[in-house]
Formats: sequence, C-alpha cells, structure tokens
Amino acid sequence: MNFDDTPQDAEFRARARSWLAANVPTELKGELDLSGFGHLHLHSVDRITAAKAWQKKKFDAGWAALGWPAEYGGAGASPIEQVIWNDEEDVYGKLSGPFMIGFLMCGPTVIAWASEAQKRELLPRLAAGEDIWCQLFSEPVAGSDLAGIRTKAVKDDDEWVVNGQKIWTSAARDADWGLLLTRTDPTVLKHRGLTMFFVDMKSPGIEVRPILQMNEESVFNEVYFTDVRISDAQRLGDVGQGWTVALTTLMNERMFGGAMPTGFPQLLDLCTTLDTENGPAIDDPQVRSQLAKFAVKVSGLQYSAFRSISALSRGQEPGPENSISKLIAGQMTQDIARFALNLEGEAGLLQDPDYAPDRARFQEQLMRSPATRIEGGSDEILRNIIAERVLGLPADIRADKGLPFDKIPTSASAR
Amino acid sequence: MQFDFSEDQKELQATVRRFFDKSCPISTVRSVIDSDAGHDAGLWRQIGKSGFLAAALPEQYGGVGAGYLELCVVAEECGRVLAPLPTVSSVYQATEALRIAGSEAQKANWLPKLASGAAIGTLALAERAGETLPGSIGAKVSQGKLTGVKLPVADGLAADFAIVMARGESAPSLFLVDLSGEGVIREPVKTIDPSRKHAILRFVGAAAEPLGGAGEGFALLERVRNRAAVLTAFEQIGGADAALMMARDYALQRFAFGRQIGSFQAIKHMLADMYVALELARSNCYYGAWALSVDSEKLPAAAASARVAATQAYQLCSANNIQVHGGMGFTWEFDCHLHYRRSNYLALALGGPSLWESRLIQHIRPQAA
Repeated sequence: MNFDDTPQDAEFRARARSWLAANVPTELKGELDLSGFGHLHLHSVDRITAAKAWQKKKFDAGWAALGWPAEYGGAGASPIEQVIWNDEEDVYGKLSGPFMIGFLMCGPTVIAWASEAQKRELLPRLAAGEDIWCQLFSEPVAGSDLAGIRTKAVKDDDEWVVNGQKIWTSAARDADWGLLLTRTDPTVLKHRGLTMFFVDMKSPGIEVRPILQMNEESVFNEVYFTDVRISDAQRLGDVGQGWTVALTTLMNERMFGGAMPTGFPQLLDLCTTLDTENGPAIDDPQVRSQLAKFAVKVSGLQYSAFRSISALSRGQEPGPENSISKLIAGQMTQDIARFALNLEGEAGLLQDPDYAPDRARFQEQLMRSPATRIEGGSDEILRNIIAERVLGLPADIRADKGLPFDKIPTSASAR
Repeated sequence: MQFDFSEDQKELQATVRRFFDKSCPISTVRSVIDSDAGHDAGLWRQIGKSGFLAAALPEQYGGVGAGYLELCVVAEECGRVLAPLPTVSSVYQATEALRIAGSEAQKANWLPKLASGAAIGTLALAERAGETLPGSIGAKVSQGKLTGVKLPVADGLAADFAIVMARGESAPSLFLVDLSGEGVIREPVKTIDPSRKHAILRFVGAAAEPLGGAGEGFALLERVRNRAAVLTAFEQIGGADAALMMARDYALQRFAFGRQIGSFQAIKHMLADMYVALELARSNCYYGAWALSVDSEKLPAAAASARVAATQAYQLCSANNIQVHGGMGFTWEFDCHLHYRRSNYLALALGGPSLWESRLIQHIRPQAA
C-alpha cells in the first residue's frame, strides 16, 4: 500500500505540471473555484469562448483527448495518465465542461461505431475544441426507461426524416453535433426497434428551447425535431441496433478521480464559525455526530477513487465505483444543504446573497440538489445497477416483456 | 499509487480463509456460545501455532515480523467467520498497549506468550454507565495494591493479565495486573454477544505494576485505541461482508408471490445500500491500514474514519440481514443474530460510536488561524 507514482507516472506528472504552470489562465481561477459541478459559470468572459480557447491550447500542445489514439486527435495516454492529468489540471478542468459530453459519451460512441473517414473528420474537431456535442437520448416519456423513446425516424430514399422531442439536453444551445437515438420500427420489441444517428444541430427543423428549472437556472433544454432530414451515412450501427450503440455511450459515462463536490468542506467551515450559546456549532455533540457521518462518506468516496485508480493501473476494468459515487454524493448534496440551513436557523431561509450566510451557497445547493439525485441515472436506477450487476440479483419482472413496442401499455392506453 | 493489498497479502488472506473454513465452522462459534468458555481453546492454540495473529509483532518478541497490513488481513477473516477468539482484547489492545507503554522487562515477559497464544491479556477500564473518562475512574492503586471493580472486561475469565486504568498518586494511569495472583475475584457476566465472553473483575489489594508513566493512562489509551480501532474495523467489515452475502444468498433462494424475493426492488435497494456502506467502510479501512502500517501522523483521523464507517456498515448489514430473512431471521436457529450480536458488541468494544464521531471531527476540524 502506497501513494507513490511509478517512475514513468512521475515523469508524466512532472511534464503535465510544468506545461500547466506555464499555460493555465490564472486570471479565471477565482471564478472557476466557485463554479459548480457539471456546469461552468463564468462572469468576466464568455464561457464558451473561454472553454474553446483552453481546449485549443491543450490540443495544440498534445494534452487534449488524452485517451484517444493520435490519428483521432488524442494523445494515446493510459487511464492512469488521464487520472494524473485530471489531478494536475485541477479547477482548470472545469473549463472543458462544455466538451465533456463529447469526450466521455459521444466520442467513444463515434470511435466504436462510425466509419474510419467519419472518425478522422469528427474526432479531431472535438479534441481541438472546435465542435461541441450533445446527447439526445431522454424524452418526456422515457427517462429511466430509456429504451421507451418515441422520437420517430422514417426512411426516405437515402435519408431519414425525424420527428419528435428530446429533453434534459445539456449544452444543446451550444452544440454543433448531437448523438440521436430514434425509433425506426414501433412494431418490434422495445429494444429492437431503435436506431442511432449523429445529427448536425444546425439542421432545419431542430428547435432548442431552454427549460426554466426549479432553481431559476436554464442549463437543461428541450429539443424539438420537425421533419429533420439526416443522411443515412450518419447512421451509427445497423438499423434496429440502436440500443447496443446506446449502451456504448452509457457504459462510457464514467469519470475517474473526479469526486463530485458535496459542500462538505464548506459545511465544516460553517460549523466552525457559527456561534451558538455553547460556543461554535462544531463543539455540539449532535452536530459532530452528523458531521462525522458525512465525513466518512466523503473520505470513503475519496479512498474508493484511489482503489479504482490502483485497479486501473493494473489493467483491471472499472467497477461500480461511479454508481456508488453518484448515489452517495447526490444524496449527500441535498442532506448537507438541509443540515446547513438548519444550523443557520431562520436566516437559513434567506436566499438573497447579500443577506444569506455564505452568500446563499447552501440555499443554492438546496435548490439544485434534487437534480443531482435524478440526472445521469436516478438514485433508484443506480441501486438497481448495483443490485443486479454487483450482487447478482434478478432483473425486474417487466410488464412490457415480449410485447411489440406499439402494444406496450402507456398512461394513454390505460385511460 | 498502489492503494490495495499486495499479491502476497492477498495470498495470506486466502490461506487464512482456508484455515478458518476448516477450523472455524459456525458450529465452533455456537459451541462457545452454549458453553461457559470464553473462547474456543483448541482454535486459539491452532491459530497461535500458525502465527496469523502475531503478524505485526517483531520476531524478537516471538512474532512473525510481517506488519500491520498482514494483521488487518487476518482481522477481516476473523470477523467474517465470527471467530470466538480474544482478538480485540488480547491481540489488538493488550499487545499494542505493551508495545506502546511496556518496559523492556514487561515486553520480554509477556509479548512472546501473547504471540504464541500461551497468554491472553485484556484491558479493564469501565466501571459504570457512560463514557469512560478520567472522572469516572474509581479504582485505586496504593503501595502497589489495586482496589476497585471493573466491568465489563472482555475475556476477563480467561485472561492471564489485565491492563487496568486506575488512580495512583496522580491522574489515572495504566497498571499491569497478573490475574493469577492474590486479590482478584472474577465473575462471568451476561452480554449481548456470548461468543466473546466478558467478566466482572473485583480487585481486593491485587499486586499492580505501573505500565507507562504515571498520569499518562488516558493518553496511552488513546494511542492503543487508535491502533485497535483500525484492526477492529477490519473485523467489522469482514462481518459486514458475511452478513451481506447471507442476505444476498437468501434473497436469491427464497420465493414469495411466485418470484425470488431478490427481484423485488424493496429488497434489492436494501441490499444495494448495504453494499455501498460496506464499500465506503472498506475504503476507509484501507486508508486506516496504511496509516497504521507507516505510523502516520494521520492515524488518529484515519482510525476514527475507519471505526465510524465500519461500525455503521456492520450494524446496517447485520440488522438488514435479519430483515431480508423475515421471521426466520429472528429465530435462534438461524445464524443472523450472531452477526447482529457481534456488530453491536464491536460497536461498543472500544468506546461507542459517539466517542469516535466526536474524535473524528476533533481531528479534521479546521484549525484556528
């Protein structure tokens, strides 16, 4: 048991560190420190401009798309080197936020399923920060039951005509390309009638509408498709093979070394500075008990990441760490926000940053946290994944088993 | 980074597991529960010969001289099989107390016997309900003679010596008492886990020699318990893993409403939560093992994290294991209650959860500038 780099890894880390020291946009550090998980918040500069500039700089120096082969614009780095890079890049990694769906999900799907010419065309543009990708999977009626999507693609000569609606699409407003899951045959089994495409987001007939979220932000979007025409050449996988292609995307939704922030260090600070009649809140036994329960989850996730890095460096497949991390951190984000507000007393209901403690950080966390428990796999889906894939428990018994898609009961057919 | 046990340590784990598979079936645990014996003497002799529990002890004291990581590996296997052995008392606490505070003569006298299992040591601290604090110590040593009552004392009937917290001329100190001497009265006492028996020890002028400096009792105890907390946490995750596997296997085998109960989300999600708690505890334990093995300055926080997380995980897994088994889990015949008992005993064995939660926060709180 040790925490040391191998000599090769140490050499990689030293190279990364020295390049970063000379090149990071230090003027953005303050804003990046405050920027939340998953979406980049910048005020002094346009976030997309800043993101593209940083990505291009990395690409030109050979630090972009680390794990991809060189012919697709990558650096051919090992998984452990990617972890080291993330570690060293630190908060500046948030600048690549708009590209993450491309790097983590769409890119690997293109690598696995597109033609060689398409890969050489699309992937270097993504690596260089020229193109932003989004993922067009979820629909109003298909979230956890993703294979129940209804957006229809109908063949017309060597093109497809797409009609339908996608939802929860981050980055749709900025995206150049979308990875689009469609239903091409509603008369066969649910998972068999799907086909995957990639689509130019500037195509006629695509309309992006921002969603006003309950926390007053609009990061997520709806995307409407009205007679959108897509060339058959932009199909990924065979007709009817869309679910298999989608699984490539979903299996790649894994982040190493990047623990989700939960607000715990800030909570610890709050408990240290908040005075009660009996001294700082942190000296109260009940406060300590709750803090300790949070603390061992935070450290447990951190050390679990160390364990998975060790496994990766031995060439083992990643395990269920990401499901555990998201399940625990998501719930804890909400719990910590509520606990902080409780400690703040009546002042806890203030959300005006000029009056609320900590400039309303925990109030904002409270209002954002319901999404963390749903996005990218709800708490319940994650528990199913752990129960089925790790513990070997049986899959759910399904009411739609063996039925053609158009015969599956819906809320409409139940009326 | 290599944040895992080595191949050799994993091989040791497999060896210890094979040893226990053969020598410590659940019938061994049950026979200790049904008898007056504090532990299984035959198993204790065998494990003494194997050297498994002497892994961390230097060779000069009859140990194997491997290290604490190896002892952690063995502890996890002890927990998995509910080993009815004086591990927490003798191996994780008395041995460590001697290593930390013993004079050369005390070490030379006792450590080789502890290493081989020829002697059993224990700590005698608590006297009444509530956390054991300096103000709660009534036992007193005067002119080398100890007077007072200690309960509960783990393995107090079988132990050859006790390390006793008592007042001397100054603040509470540790004293080493040979329990075969005059002035020691021992009585068995019923506890929540009869697979690890406890006693009441009454000292009536028993000969007591100082262990460590006068007035240093609680400071030394904290150092002992930081080490013992990591080792005990490995027993706890071993037990939690066993309870989880029992629950999983039963959920696959038991049918209700025409299907395996493990296909119901209510059961699946309960089991998923148990697995997650165990994995987080395991990761905290690995960090504690590392801190213990290199005697890191981070040991106090790492030990508290391992202790808090492992206690939670074992208590959750053992309670939910009964829940998954339904009514059958509440019978004496099913083994579920053995883990439930052990998990709740181990939760208190080194001071309860609140104590460790408080310590953890004390160690990680932001320091005033």
